[in-house]
Amino acid sequence: MHKLIAILTTGLAFSPLVQAAEFNHIQTEKSTLGFVYKQMGVPVDGSFNKFAAQLNFDPAKLNTAKAALDLDVTSIDTGSDEGNDEVATKAWFNSKAFPRAKFESASFKALGGNRYEVTGKMSIKGRTQTVTAPFTLTQQGNSAVVDGAFILKRADYAIGEGSWSDFGTVANEIQIKFHFVANAGK
Amino acid sequence: MQHRQQLNFSNRYTSTAMSLHWLMAVLLVCLFAVGIYMHELPLSPWKLQVYSWHKWAGVTAFLLVLARLAWRFSHRPPPLPINMSRSAEFAAHAGHALLYILMVAIPLTGWLMSSAKGIQTVYFGIVPIPDLLAKNKELGKLLRDVHEILNFILAAVVIGHIGAALKHHLIDKDDVLTRMLPRFKR
Repeated sequence: MHKLIAILTTGLAFSPLVQAAEFNHIQTEKSTLGFVYKQMGVPVDGSFNKFAAQLNFDPAKLNTAKAALDLDVTSIDTGSDEGNDEVATKAWFNSKAFPRAKFESASFKALGGNRYEVTGKMSIKGRTQTVTAPFTLTQQGNSAVVDGAFILKRADYAIGEGSWSDFGTVANEIQIKFHFVANAGK
Repeated sequence: MQHRQQLNFSNRYTSTAMSLHWLMAVLLVCLFAVGIYMHELPLSPWKLQVYSWHKWAGVTAFLLVLARLAWRFSHRPPPLPINMSRSAEFAAHAGHALLYILMVAIPLTGWLMSSAKGIQTVYFGIVPIPDLLAKNKELGKLLRDVHEILNFILAAVVIGHIGAALKHHLIDKDDVLTRMLPRFKR
């Protein structure tokens, strides 16, 4: 117990040494937004190729931190051309009616070390749900690398309706993986 | 009983060889038919299921052909009838060699194709088969064509194989066909 307190206080003692900075400029070309879905038990990689992300994140001021994501649903790459055509249909994203998906943060929580957690509202296909995603933020000089992942349940957003609603073929759980590089701005 | 089996040994295939031969025959016909059927299907849960079944059956065929090769290298098959011409003997050996090569090459190209297309093969949805190639769309299309062409070559060689067996039985009236047939009467 004493050891634990010692470690914790050492950690606290060192934290002011970390340069306080607000990371507020996402380097889109260095950032990626990917996902992994399971079909017939097989994990398959996909990605969103067009998105805009905003970040205002100072590890020392979590209560004013903000993150927002606006992604172009038509930029999805499911790994195959016929898959990409399929997910644009009404049963999946209905991307004609709902071309964009959005995330807006509500709060951040420190999990210790460089680990944090963001909670916010995710809107896809006209449906909004609260999601929580853990992430790490690694400072590299003037920039920070944000890496995180969370599970999104496609049924919560009616992604894959009708014959696709059976989770035996395409699983309900979709892993969303984000990798953002953000600079500390001027 | 023991004595009788020994007497017949040299003229007939072992029950192991016969089982593998006929299991393989049924499996290859099914795989071929399913392969022709499935690639025209519009994307649907059914298509994903059929593709998975085809891959699982293909892995099974690959394992069976390895077992057959092991049998073939550890057992001398019954000799060809002595009255066959040199060219007919050559055709028989070449035909069999080609069948073995195709039975190995076809599942291999299927496996490579799955890897190149970014959809790993997971045997029965449980056992992941390692990807041999990184994802590459163009290579995936090329391997798809190779897989298809090899299958049509196999179909032609199998037709030749059946034709030759029938010629031995009906015209030459030798035991080449019957020694691969299980004997139901005593």
